[in-house]
Amino acid sequence: MEVRDFSDISYAQFLKEEKLMGSKCKACKAQYVPPRPICIECHGSKMEWVELKGEGKLAAFTCISVGPPSMIAQGYNRKNPYCSGVVELEKGARVDARIEGVDTLKPETIQMGLPLKAKFLHRQGAEEGETDLVFESA
Amino acid sequence: MVRKRKLGRGVAVVGAGMSKFGMFRDRDSKDLFAEAYLEMLASVDKGVDPHDMDALYLGNFSNDFFVHQSHWGPLVSDLIGLTPKPATRTEGACASSALAFREGVFAIASGFYDMVLVGGVEEMSKRTTEEVAEGLALATVPYEGRAGFTFPGVFGALATAYFKRYGATREHLMDITIKSHHNATLNPKAQLPLSIRDLMRVKIQKAQKKEKPLPQWRDEKEFLSDPRANPPVAWPMHLFDCCPISDGASCMLLVAEEIALNFTNDPLYVIGMGQGSGRGLHACKDLTYFEATRYAAKEAYGMSDLTPDDIQFAEVHDCFSIAELIHMEDLGFFGAGEGFKAVANGETRLDGPKPINTSGGLKCKGHPVGATGISQLYEVWTQLRGKAGKRQVPKKNLRIGAAHNLGGTGGTCTFTILERR
Repeated sequence: MEVRDFSDISYAQFLKEEKLMGSKCKACKAQYVPPRPICIECHGSKMEWVELKGEGKLAAFTCISVGPPSMIAQGYNRKNPYCSGVVELEKGARVDARIEGVDTLKPETIQMGLPLKAKFLHRQGAEEGETDLVFESA
Repeated sequence: MVRKRKLGRGVAVVGAGMSKFGMFRDRDSKDLFAEAYLEMLASVDKGVDPHDMDALYLGNFSNDFFVHQSHWGPLVSDLIGLTPKPATRTEGACASSALAFREGVFAIASGFYDMVLVGGVEEMSKRTTEEVAEGLALATVPYEGRAGFTFPGVFGALATAYFKRYGATREHLMDITIKSHHNATLNPKAQLPLSIRDLMRVKIQKAQKKEKPLPQWRDEKEFLSDPRANPPVAWPMHLFDCCPISDGASCMLLVAEEIALNFTNDPLYVIGMGQGSGRGLHACKDLTYFEATRYAAKEAYGMSDLTPDDIQFAEVHDCFSIAELIHMEDLGFFGAGEGFKAVANGETRLDGPKPINTSGGLKCKGHPVGATGISQLYEVWTQLRGKAGKRQVPKKNLRIGAAHNLGGTGGTCTFTILERR
């Protein structure tokens, strides 16, 4: 595999390739998603890539009725809220992601701990080429 | 480990001012800062010659975005006639002016300056609600923004984690909202000086006028549970869990402790200061507290040799109802998972044992983000000097008050303790 920086740009590039990648500290084995170039546990800087299965559970969420202009442009509004959540992955790493397949008009029915699976949403239009990490009910 | 902090020399507050907070179509940042500044000058009991001010530190988060103008240090310095003396802008999202206050304190404590003006300003209401949401979201961590999180969304998500862990509900947050609205009715500078009861009455009168069916709310919580009266913004955060969009300014005059009595016989002393930084939702240690607030509190308590019980009242950063709850616990006023019970028991009301946000808080006083930190300290100043009028904390020997300010997703948190001697 080509050498890539442990960076946000590499993370986004991997998402485009439908891979969820993080970095792991060679010294203390701490694992980070998105990847970090510097270990915040032992302050080491020797990292290696790890690929995650993209399975997780819902650790926190919100259903947003008043979104920013970019979400409004995607058709979201008070009558059609979207869900953003924090997903706990394998080995305790967490990612922020959009959550699909839940009833955003009945947020009280959405269960904390809900098992989720990653999918990759390739966005068209203004930010063509960008891929968003989205999770849906497993 | 936090080393015990101390100032190189003592620093005192000898004057303070704050503009009225609100949404002002015909007033801009300079008008609002001038209002705060002139009140500050008048508040210095023995008077002050503005020529003696050595420097300005000014908090501003994002007038760049909100009114398309940056570089506010010299603009304000020129406004008040301080040029060519130095003016420095500080930015820490919604904690921008708490950082200006700290820089002012450090500059005097180091011996470099003797008298420093610190302040904050923000002008947000000329943008639409959606644009303001976008502008504020610039201070989230990038992964949050990419996942669609707004600030109400970030705090909504934290609320779901807190509810799950401790069994609190939306109803508990309503106690906080009702209290903030009550306190704001007693604050002439507040943006929303209306109690929830007042708002219910207004809505019923409107329905009467339009000959529509009258709402049947029996109490404040029924009103707040009605999605037509209190629609969701970012569930579980509803409209009345969120602070408004605001314009406003605030400032304080700091001097070296040894010259404080030249300006007033009743200065306040900076006895505790702390600041922490944090990581955002994906990397924070836990979703039910803010590590940066806990760190800031530890520093400030260590410096002052005080414990949470010694703080007689506090302003706590309540950009959202859940934020007030979590931060009260992080500051040690209540144990983790205990805050909502204390609120339900009335402990944080104006007449309770630990009054919180006597000003009405960000929720009702308003939250012009760059002005907020020093406006919180302005409330502490007003209360400690016994000038809070109808909202005066009814305690004898009021001596120690504090203010907690947060920026971003807990990215910047400060805690500042003032003492009246």
